[in-house]
Amino acid sequence: MLFGFEWDLSSPATYAASILPILLIGMWVTIQATVIGFAVALALGLIWAVLKAAPFRVISWPASLMTEFIRDTPLLVQLFFLYYVLPEYGIVLPAFMTGTLALGIQYSAYTSEVYRAGIEAVAKDQHEAARALNLSASRTFTHIVVPQAVPRIVPAMGNYLVSIMKDVPVLSVVTVLEMLNVAKIVGDRTFNYLVPLSMVGGLYLVMTLVASAGVRLLDGWLPKQGIPLK
Amino acid sequence: MQLTDYIEPLMQGAWVTVQLTLYSTVLGAVLAFASGIGKLSRHRTINAICVAYIELFRGTSLLVQLFWLYFALPLAGSAIGIDLRLPPVLAGVLALSLNIGAYGAEVVRGAIASVHPDQREAARALNFTERQTLWDIVIPQAIPEMMPPFGNLAVQNLKDTALVSLISLGDLTFRAEQIRNYTQDSTTIYSMLLAMYFGMALVLTVLMRGLERYVTRWRRARS
Amino acid sequence: MNDPIIKFDKVIKRFGDLTVLDELDFEVGRGEKVSIIGPSGSGKSTVLRILMTLEGIEGGVVTVNGEPLWHEQGPDGLKPASEAHLRKMRAQLGMVFQQFNLFPHMTVLRNITEAPVKVLGLSKAEARERAEELLELVGLADQAQKYPHQLSGGQQQRVGIARALAMRPNVLLFDEPTSALDPELVGEVLTVIGRLAEEHDLTMLLVTHEMRFAREISDRVCFFDQGQIREEGAPEELFTDPKEDRTREFLKAVLD
Repeated sequence: MLFGFEWDLSSPATYAASILPILLIGMWVTIQATVIGFAVALALGLIWAVLKAAPFRVISWPASLMTEFIRDTPLLVQLFFLYYVLPEYGIVLPAFMTGTLALGIQYSAYTSEVYRAGIEAVAKDQHEAARALNLSASRTFTHIVVPQAVPRIVPAMGNYLVSIMKDVPVLSVVTVLEMLNVAKIVGDRTFNYLVPLSMVGGLYLVMTLVASAGVRLLDGWLPKQGIPLK
Repeated sequence: MQLTDYIEPLMQGAWVTVQLTLYSTVLGAVLAFASGIGKLSRHRTINAICVAYIELFRGTSLLVQLFWLYFALPLAGSAIGIDLRLPPVLAGVLALSLNIGAYGAEVVRGAIASVHPDQREAARALNFTERQTLWDIVIPQAIPEMMPPFGNLAVQNLKDTALVSLISLGDLTFRAEQIRNYTQDSTTIYSMLLAMYFGMALVLTVLMRGLERYVTRWRRARS
Repeated sequence: MNDPIIKFDKVIKRFGDLTVLDELDFEVGRGEKVSIIGPSGSGKSTVLRILMTLEGIEGGVVTVNGEPLWHEQGPDGLKPASEAHLRKMRAQLGMVFQQFNLFPHMTVLRNITEAPVKVLGLSKAEARERAEELLELVGLADQAQKYPHQLSGGQQQRVGIARALAMRPNVLLFDEPTSALDPELVGEVLTVIGRLAEEHDLTMLLVTHEMRFAREISDRVCFFDQGQIREEGAPEELFTDPKEDRTREFLKAVLD
């Protein structure tokens, strides 16, 4: 029994049906971790992008080194680091928060590149045009660069959302009860891993298909020439 | 336990990580070529198998794949009367290669599609067979296009090897975990671990750049 | 014409709603040098691309050396050609492309030897010997070890000609061989083609915008317009005294 649901091992079909609600509870945790991790990645990535674009090397170099370091080291090890090292300095976070933070940090290295590429693609010619029109730097950024950069950024960010979703099972190592962990526990207790783990595979396919379709839909809906200003 | 005492077990683990990365990257590249080319095949069955493989492994999580191969496959095997219990090394290499191969397949497919159609026409005019055209004309020109994304995938693969520690394979992360359990010196051990992965990733990046230079040498020949 | 090497019999070619060849009848004799001229987009190149089997046809029959190109003899008359039949027919033809289409990852020498070795089964030594002769012919003997991007456009096109000749075709097709070249490089390519026309009994079919050159080397010039040959004849005749208004207009426009 897990989360109050009993499993019925009389046949693979009844077994699958009986543990589906348990896996769906795990799936809900997976979705939450994905969304929060993605939000952290978006926010932190933007900070990295701004720091890396800074005109002073004292700022841009450490930022570049840091994102390179994050990108080149495993999520699992970063997660262990946060989970075991932070408490030594008095920062005690719940496992779920630590996990989503690790996801966000890992993927911020990737999202910062997306921001940079998206903004650079627009900024080059548009900056000059804006200067000719005598727009201020901040107005240029908010009114010219951002509306045009967003449609370029969205598809790439969407792909990272799907990637984050697929990395959530790593959080199981710090006891987060996401879908894979739940399936593993069911398997440990019933000595039958085949059904729960195969179901997790199937549910993952459904989640990534839905998420990818959502990203494509959003991408198609966004005007390619940029978001019109009111 | 002194700091220097960490070195030996960590180096042993690092060697396992290096081997895992090497085997699974090479096997992954083979799978990437086979399924990337297969996806472009007009043969219905081959095409369907390749598409199914790519979608299945890109659409699910690596850790799920690893656990499935290690925990679930033996049960599937015993249901049909075959012993499919894989040793951790085999399950690890297999999961990593199958996963990276599916991502690589998209790279291979895209690079092949990016070769200018004029090249195929020239090959046709010279009466090459379709197979000769693919292997002699198209693929050699597609390989340089594949190299930068392959470099990223190789680093991704190195990072992904850390997951095999979860099926008790004695890689770098596994060794580090053992030491941490023993010494409780989390800060030192994890800092060393991160630095070692970073170092290995840098070496791998340099190696992949070298390989890239090698396969693109015809582009850089100067008069 | 007795025993033409190439024959188009009421050939139809469409791209969607656009009819590019409209029941085209056309013949080329053995060893003949024929130029096709005409406005851009009139379907001149399509004639060559059909012969090289790069484009299929929607109607009619094309024969090369007396055998149908896009069809083969089945139990109930002609049926669409198999790949094996196309390969057999293709062996008689060679093509020089507008954009050269050299293989960028191979040296000049390998560009020329690859197909003879892989397709014709020549030994490497034989293929190399043949390639060196051909490079001599096109005046590039000293460039054998270079890669295409290290050569000028004119040199690349000369390699393209040598590459096509290495397969010993009976018919050589030139698809606007100088249109992609800078004006100062056109001469060297035309010289090579002219020498080929003079010294070899190769059948040559040339689509070109170089009117003076077409006039010099051709046995016959065809004016191609709206999917059909409007007028054809000896170069002197066609260029000095065109019968059709369309021909006259076209020549006036390009020669002025």
